Amino acid sequence: MAGHPASAHKTGPEKNAAGPEAPAARTTLRKERIDRGIKARADDIFALSSYREMLYVALPPVLPVICLLALPLLLPIYWQKVLISTAVFAILAMSWDFLVAVGMVSLGQALFFGVGAYIAGALDQYAGLPVWLTIPLATVLGGGLCTVTLLPVLRLRGIYFAMVTLVLPLMIERSIEATHILGGTEGLTGLKPLPSVWFEVYLILIVSMITLFSLRRLMTSDYGLVLKAIKDNDRAVMSAGINIYLVKAQALFIAGSLCSFCGAFMTHVYLFVGMPAFALDYSILPIASAVVGGMGTYAGSFMGAFMLVPFSEALRGFGGMRTVLYALSLVVFIVALPEGIFHYIQRKYHQFERWVEVEQ
Amino acid sequence: MLEVTIIYGFINSVILALMALGFSLTFGISGVSNFAYGALYVLAGYTVWIFMHKLQIPFFLAAIIAVVLTAALGLLLYRVVLLRVRGLVISEVIATFGVGLAILETFRYLGFTGFEYTLPVFTDGSVMIGATYVDHQRLWIVGVGVVIAIGLYFFIHHTRLGLAFRGIAQDERTALTLGIHSDRIAGISVAFGSGLAAVAAILILPRGTISVNDGYDVLINAMAVCIVGGLGSAVGVVVASFVIGYAQMASDALLGPHWKMIVSLVAILIVLVIKPSGLFGKQKELEERI
Repeated sequence: MAGHPASAHKTGPEKNAAGPEAPAARTTLRKERIDRGIKARADDIFALSSYREMLYVALPPVLPVICLLALPLLLPIYWQKVLISTAVFAILAMSWDFLVAVGMVSLGQALFFGVGAYIAGALDQYAGLPVWLTIPLATVLGGGLCTVTLLPVLRLRGIYFAMVTLVLPLMIERSIEATHILGGTEGLTGLKPLPSVWFEVYLILIVSMITLFSLRRLMTSDYGLVLKAIKDNDRAVMSAGINIYLVKAQALFIAGSLCSFCGAFMTHVYLFVGMPAFALDYSILPIASAVVGGMGTYAGSFMGAFMLVPFSEALRGFGGMRTVLYALSLVVFIVALPEGIFHYIQRKYHQFERWVEVEQ
Repeated sequence: MLEVTIIYGFINSVILALMALGFSLTFGISGVSNFAYGALYVLAGYTVWIFMHKLQIPFFLAAIIAVVLTAALGLLLYRVVLLRVRGLVISEVIATFGVGLAILETFRYLGFTGFEYTLPVFTDGSVMIGATYVDHQRLWIVGVGVVIAIGLYFFIHHTRLGLAFRGIAQDERTALTLGIHSDRIAGISVAFGSGLAAVAAILILPRGTISVNDGYDVLINAMAVCIVGGLGSAVGVVVASFVIGYAQMASDALLGPHWKMIVSLVAILIVLVIKPSGLFGKQKELEERI
């Protein structure tokens, strides 16, 4: 963390005059970083001694949660739908971020999403199962199916794994077109709806928040340490006696289940599942969100989705320009601001300063 | 019937090779990702069309301008985007793919679809080979494709620049110690690859209308040929083109046109699973898997 010790301790009348509370003639003020007194030895261990300090630490996670839970009450029905797809893309982005943290760069989140969507659709259409069964079943089966599909390529690294994931959704899409299975180009229609829009909005919002906080928690646990180590140096992890293929498969299952849930959920929101479930949008948008928001923190991916999706929805009048917008923001952020917005805001928040009196 | 399949399979294979040569030169030979390749291919086609129909420039002049412009655009892409993320392979892929996506979707947004977007053939007419009619354009494709493939082989094996292309992919630091300016060479490689994309577009596109989706198909086909053939091998590109080309022709004849694209995708998958370095790939055999 970049601090500014020199400027933090600077005193003098001309500096103080710029402060929020203009100093009296006798007292001397100096700037002090708020976080310095709170942080104990590390950036994420805090020693709190007052409600104000607790507020400083608790505000960043709590305020967005409260805002998000209140948001559906204020929005008209159209923007509630937008909120639903935003939360879905947020989950997809976090799942992508999670895979990247394990060293598996996926260019095809649409694979996981589409598999979940089609399983839910098929269970509804052909088996006639109720909604409260199709979504959980699709979540587990979708995650499992994706993991099994990708097992043979688990050994591949970097760009080779990325290319497999780029190819698979395209292949499935064209196979469905060619063989006319699962409704072919028409898709499956007339599926059962969820109880109400309120239920939809709050279900997906709560799931997205649970995903966010549990993934963050997971990565700080011992298991998360193994996951991160696989990305940094897989051979070292192997020589520590850990079966990295098993761990990678577990990571794939977690990420795949999250996306499959989104797919199954959206199937029952749209009451339709078809080839668009494997569309490029579901691959490119999560990547764009994670890159724009900032990778590795999950909160960044979450934020990125909540910036990009409503923004593009506001531009809906431009039609096809949406994809162009995503693509360009992706390029600009990867080239110009690779750390992402979240890391930037986080750094600035920790650098907040306040004026304190200094005894002469 | 068999004769038709053999002849058209041969032509299809050469078309695949022509599509893949530029991508192979950049991605396979010199190890620089340019996933905007398909977009540059389509862009070149539309550029020729715009020059011919809006500015009334004759076809061959427009074609030459388009090749030069596309190569310059490749250089610009390298200078503005790729240079800043060089070495971060995934960032290279995502950034260039993003540029390609932006180009293609802009064309779609501007409404560049329809039957009027066609390029003229070089010479009209057709000849009989055995009992099969083959039009002149396909003969041109075969002729130019063979010349470029042979030229590329000699270029990367027997010229200083070509050897430098291979050098920066094999070991960039060693290449630097031998006086190869790796950033400059990589830029030239992207420019050459883009230029070849334009040449391929001008030869291949007269067979039908120019469409935005061609961009994605060309990228997938080029990727399939490069991966199956093996990165860094000119022979591999040609062999892989024939394997995939005939496989596509066979599946088209036996199963139907929908299956043509699936063949490329399945080929990529099988090769990646079994032998990620490809049929003739020698580079980085140890680094791609654990």
